[in-house]
Amino acid sequence: MSVPLTLLGLLEREPSHGYDLKRDYDAFFGKGKPLPFGQVYATLGRLARDGKVVVGDVEPGSGPDRKRYVITDTGATEFESWLVEPVEAEPHLQTLLFTKVVLALMLGRDAEAYLDTQRAAHLQRMRELTAVKRDGGLVDALLADHGLFHLESDLRWIDLTAARLDALAAEVARP
Amino acid sequence: MNSSETHPLIEARDITLSFGQTPALRGAELAVQRGEVLAIMGPSGSGKSTLLHCLAGILTPDSGEVWFDGRRIDALGENARSTLRRDRFGFVFQFGQLVPELTAEENVALPLLLGGVRRAPALEQARAWFERLGLDGLEQRRSGELSGGQAQRVALARGLVASPEVLFADEPTGALDSLTGEQVMSLLVAAAREQGTTVILVTHEPRVAAYADREVIVRDGTVKSLVAGRLAS
Repeated sequence: MSVPLTLLGLLEREPSHGYDLKRDYDAFFGKGKPLPFGQVYATLGRLARDGKVVVGDVEPGSGPDRKRYVITDTGATEFESWLVEPVEAEPHLQTLLFTKVVLALMLGRDAEAYLDTQRAAHLQRMRELTAVKRDGGLVDALLADHGLFHLESDLRWIDLTAARLDALAAEVARP
Repeated sequence: MNSSETHPLIEARDITLSFGQTPALRGAELAVQRGEVLAIMGPSGSGKSTLLHCLAGILTPDSGEVWFDGRRIDALGENARSTLRRDRFGFVFQFGQLVPELTAEENVALPLLLGGVRRAPALEQARAWFERLGLDGLEQRRSGELSGGQAQRVALARGLVASPEVLFADEPTGALDSLTGEQVMSLLVAAAREQGTTVILVTHEPRVAAYADREVIVRDGTVKSLVAGRLAS
């Protein structure tokens, strides 16, 4: 998650105080990991330094939250190009999962048991996300679905790998 | 895997079953508690549907025992098993379940009619399920006039209308797209929990299995129970 670009996106809706940005970030994107106030203001400070936001009306009083931030043309352009750019289709070939399976096979350990344990852990997480979908709103469901599809693709890999363990063991064995 | 304090509602004890020379189950063990929603997973041909059919008294194992509610059912005659299936079990399969000549509400009422409930109260009970499953207005349709998701919800209503103690569901979302399949699963689990029905669900889809309380994997005709972080029997 790119915090500066996400904050720019929230400012693209309307000029906002740091407090409002934090509240909306936590509600939609934080999911159990709220953004510290310090990070909000530090990020806004850097965005201002780089000319991507400016401080609009300063309200009377003290403290940082009397400032209202407004996105600039530079900020809006950067946000726009980030938004339309596809996320890198990372093949994740060297995941921890892969490394553990290959190492288990090289060392003559029980790779199938490892895959079974991993499958159970994945399914447990999928059950939790399914509960989030049942109990939460549509935004929560959208986020849970993203997680579920990723976990499901890992599970397919786990199943396929489990079916090929004997052949894989032969391939990674020392001659 | 059962302790002596908990009596499973339904249990397979060391069951084997071969089709000709091909073994489908080789010493399968499974215990399901009352009210539990269990997913049976496993690769194609692993024996998961055969296990479900043995638990439901549709197939008889070559050896081993199947117990339901304190009674051994694999040794019962065909008539007794058929009564058991009609009175205490419900079923949902992947496709081809609705009787095309009957209306949707008659299809739902079928288990009640077969169980001896008179037509008017049976249809009244059946109709209550239409609103519950978002099928209002479709009561008079025949199966050819329903979408796949609607037909599967009608089949689900039929599986649950007689308040069975166990609902057996074999790939209930297998013929549906993923969004429709999730709607059906979510309704299935909610309705089963509401009336305390135990669910035994066969699926190869992890997203469907994630609606269950726990899952077991059938591999080469035996059952593995998986617990996150460790591997049970």
